[in-house]
Amino acid sequence: MKNWPLWEVFIRSKNGLEHRHCGSLHASDATMALENARDVYTRRMEGVSIWVVPSSQITASNPELNGETFEPAMDKAYRHPTFYELPDELKHM
Amino acid sequence: MSEKEIKSLEEIFEAKIARDEKIEPKDWMPEKYRQTHIRQISQHAHSEIVGMLPEGNWITRAPSLKRKVALLAKIQDEAGHGLYLYSACETLGISRDELYEQLHSGKAKYSSIFNYPTLTWADMGAVGWLVDGAAIINQVPLCATSYGPYARAMVRVCKEESFHQRQGFQIMMTLAEGTPEQKEMAQDALNRWWFPALMMLGPTDDASVHTAQSMKWKLKRKTNDELRQQFVDQTVPQAEMIGLTIPDPNLKWNPETKHYEFSELDWEEFWQVVKGHGPCNKMRLDARRNAWNNGEWVRNAAMAYAEKQENREVKQAI
Repeated sequence: MKNWPLWEVFIRSKNGLEHRHCGSLHASDATMALENARDVYTRRMEGVSIWVVPSSQITASNPELNGETFEPAMDKAYRHPTFYELPDELKHM
Repeated sequence: MSEKEIKSLEEIFEAKIARDEKIEPKDWMPEKYRQTHIRQISQHAHSEIVGMLPEGNWITRAPSLKRKVALLAKIQDEAGHGLYLYSACETLGISRDELYEQLHSGKAKYSSIFNYPTLTWADMGAVGWLVDGAAIINQVPLCATSYGPYARAMVRVCKEESFHQRQGFQIMMTLAEGTPEQKEMAQDALNRWWFPALMMLGPTDDASVHTAQSMKWKLKRKTNDELRQQFVDQTVPQAEMIGLTIPDPNLKWNPETKHYEFSELDWEEFWQVVKGHGPCNKMRLDARRNAWNNGEWVRNAAMAYAEKQENREVKQAI
């Protein structure tokens, strides 16, 4: 018999905030994954909403390619407001 | 990969840890780092799960509804802690089934303290106060350990653990303020749990084979002897406060070092229990194996149901 698949759990701690990844668990289906997530991750009112996603459905970037993936942003200082030197007399900008 | 390439990866890796950067599951890591973490995290997870057993004994025997709901909540937390830790361990590329198999076959260890019996209600107090107390001392530094998933799990565990120790101490305090028989029961529990709790913090530094490497990887931030001293120093005044006596004739305050001195521990007993000859080793492992084996049909039925539902949805879609 197949083992219960792995699910990733995301919790919104209160309305106005995003769901955040908080861990994973095993469950036979989505309904059970939600029930288990409630018991494992929200025993002390840590959340108002839960998402569960099969772990196998997540596509992740490869940390070995972090250089070419993320480093190009480092030499693009002109994307930041501090790049633009303006006179001190200028207000509200 | 050539030896030279691995060497340079290792240097980058060590430098990362030295800068207090976290290691995440998909990052390159030395095989030894992976194996050490699997060993320690799984041992920790197993301890949480086996640790439920000595307490489960007292759920139906708790003296009041208040004590019963608190004990149930504590045990449920321990199941939760075991799950956080198993999940963290699985990110290192080992499956949950392999982890259980290692526990059930005796290949993996769990904290040897759980091989002692819980004989009276006062043991629920002593376990919470001393065993969870020693566990917290061990666990707080792990919140800053180098492996990200382990550190995150430990933050959650530590947040929840302090209620465990407080409920245990309150049980002891209540008994110590009670009838002479109740106070005696509390003292008896302290007498039996004190030395095993001290040994829980691990072998002495000169006998601990993993300490040096674990310190380097920040898997350990203080040595076993430092942690033990911290535990003694903070626990002795707590016992005095509720009028109980630490069962060690050699215990004395050293005003120069500002630490308590205490007896040499019986390490022969410790190793006997670790090797499987403690009072309850067989009972604990049998309970785990039975729960796993007898639950197999439930796991299979749940999976069969899930597959059937999925097939039905697919058919309806067509």
